[in-house]
Amino acid sequence: MVQEAELTLDLRRLVGRWSLRAAGHAGRFTFLLLDLLRGLTEWRVYVPRAFEQALSVGYGSIFIVLLVAGFAGAVTSLQAGYQFTGSVPLYIYGTVIVESIILELGPVLTGLILAGRVGARYAAELGTMRVTEQIDALESLGRSPVSHLILPRVLAGLVVIPALTMFANVTGFFSGWVALKASIGITNADFIYGARYYFRPFDLWYSMTKAVFFAAAVTLIPCYIGYNTQQGAEGVGRSTTMAVVAASVTILFLDTLLAQLLLNH
Amino acid sequence: MIELLGVSKRFLDNIVLDGVSLEVQDGETLALLGPSGVGKSVTLKTINGLLRPDAGDVIVDGLHVPRLSRAELSHLRSKIGYVFQYGALFDSMNVRENIRLGITNEDLYEDEAYCAERVRECLRLVNLQPEVAEKMPAELSGGMKKRVGIARAIAGKPKYLLYDEPTSGLDPVNADVIDGLVERLRDELGVTSVVVSHDVRGSFRVADRVALLWQAKIRAVGTPEEVLASRDPAVLQFLERDLEMSLIQAESTAEQKSGS
Repeated sequence: MVQEAELTLDLRRLVGRWSLRAAGHAGRFTFLLLDLLRGLTEWRVYVPRAFEQALSVGYGSIFIVLLVAGFAGAVTSLQAGYQFTGSVPLYIYGTVIVESIILELGPVLTGLILAGRVGARYAAELGTMRVTEQIDALESLGRSPVSHLILPRVLAGLVVIPALTMFANVTGFFSGWVALKASIGITNADFIYGARYYFRPFDLWYSMTKAVFFAAAVTLIPCYIGYNTQQGAEGVGRSTTMAVVAASVTILFLDTLLAQLLLNH
Repeated sequence: MIELLGVSKRFLDNIVLDGVSLEVQDGETLALLGPSGVGKSVTLKTINGLLRPDAGDVIVDGLHVPRLSRAELSHLRSKIGYVFQYGALFDSMNVRENIRLGITNEDLYEDEAYCAERVRECLRLVNLQPEVAEKMPAELSGGMKKRVGIARAIAGKPKYLLYDEPTSGLDPVNADVIDGLVERLRDELGVTSVVVSHDVRGSFRVADRVALLWQAKIRAVGTPEEVLASRDPAVLQFLERDLEMSLIQAESTAEQKSGS
């Protein structure tokens, strides 16, 4: 009886502690978003830095993004060939590849790769700057760390990640086409016919919309976590891991949510 | 003038400052001494508003720091130079850009010619060659990083200078150079300074008055002579410990010299 009561009490404490922590994060994240909006007026500070970040993120990520998209397109073609050969007209393969890449694989794989690559980098950079007092130094100079550090990174991600997603879509499309020609010998005419038959311009908008939401997750979450890093090198490591996990889970959550909201109403 | 009135600060269950009151007159240099982890840096951060006290008030230049709006605080900070313990230089910028960021007046910050001249002037004040301006922080020694940190802090021509352990981690020779620099900046710029340190010898050299922070409270305040004459057991214990450290350092330096 006493044990049961203690267990209930412990559970309540645990729930209470987690609720407080979640509320704290929600509050701090909201303040960060407000600071970002407020910082938009300081364009002379963040525009040049955003340009540098965009170049760095874009050039640094394009190879891995295109590589993964290329393999994803090829594998989707080969598996479609394995599953459907003899059961559906050949042009359907074109539809499968285009829709799979544009609606799902292009944006999601790009988002997940960049959550690891860009998200980890942002969290580690800002975390290191926090524990080495560089962020305090900026504040002590009367300058806003949000305008100098976070806004350029977020804006760079919001511009570059959708662009990378579109490149990934194109690469996946062509690699899928080549793989289909090599594996089941589909003609160009059949592939193009299938690709165009079910394609709607809205699919591209959907792909782009997903990419923008994923870009927000890949930039805002790691920046928030890195900015609030504590406890030295260990804290930087913890923040980096947490940033990648949180951004990746958020991408998967947003993927489901956007599919429900934009495709199934 | 800088005033701390009954300032208290705690982190979870750890009481770091407990009713700390201090006063630093215009043009004065106050050294805040105490063992590591006693809350000296926290005191400094409450002065420029990087940390908000749980209780009490901090008044700088007649302004109540904890009550200032973001814009007011930003304006006040432009009058306060802050020298961080390990320099806190921005890794991605070279020395010139680091120092330039210290120019807090936005119009002057945009003036390339003024900035170039000011960076040169600040490097001269901290005894660094103009060529250092193009180096990255990773290419600098510990002592040079501290000097660049000081140069950045004075670039905006501040009225107040806060030094957080300016000589920690430096060998005695470089520590002397930094102490000399603190003295020189006080004399040349006439700034009001607070120097946080656990180095008694250096603090007594640069400070007009000394305060000892001990177990979250101010245990002694006065001129170096008055503090040296104190019979307070905590003051004696702290001074003796520092004296032992000085002797060990002196022996180690002597051994290194005889070895080489």
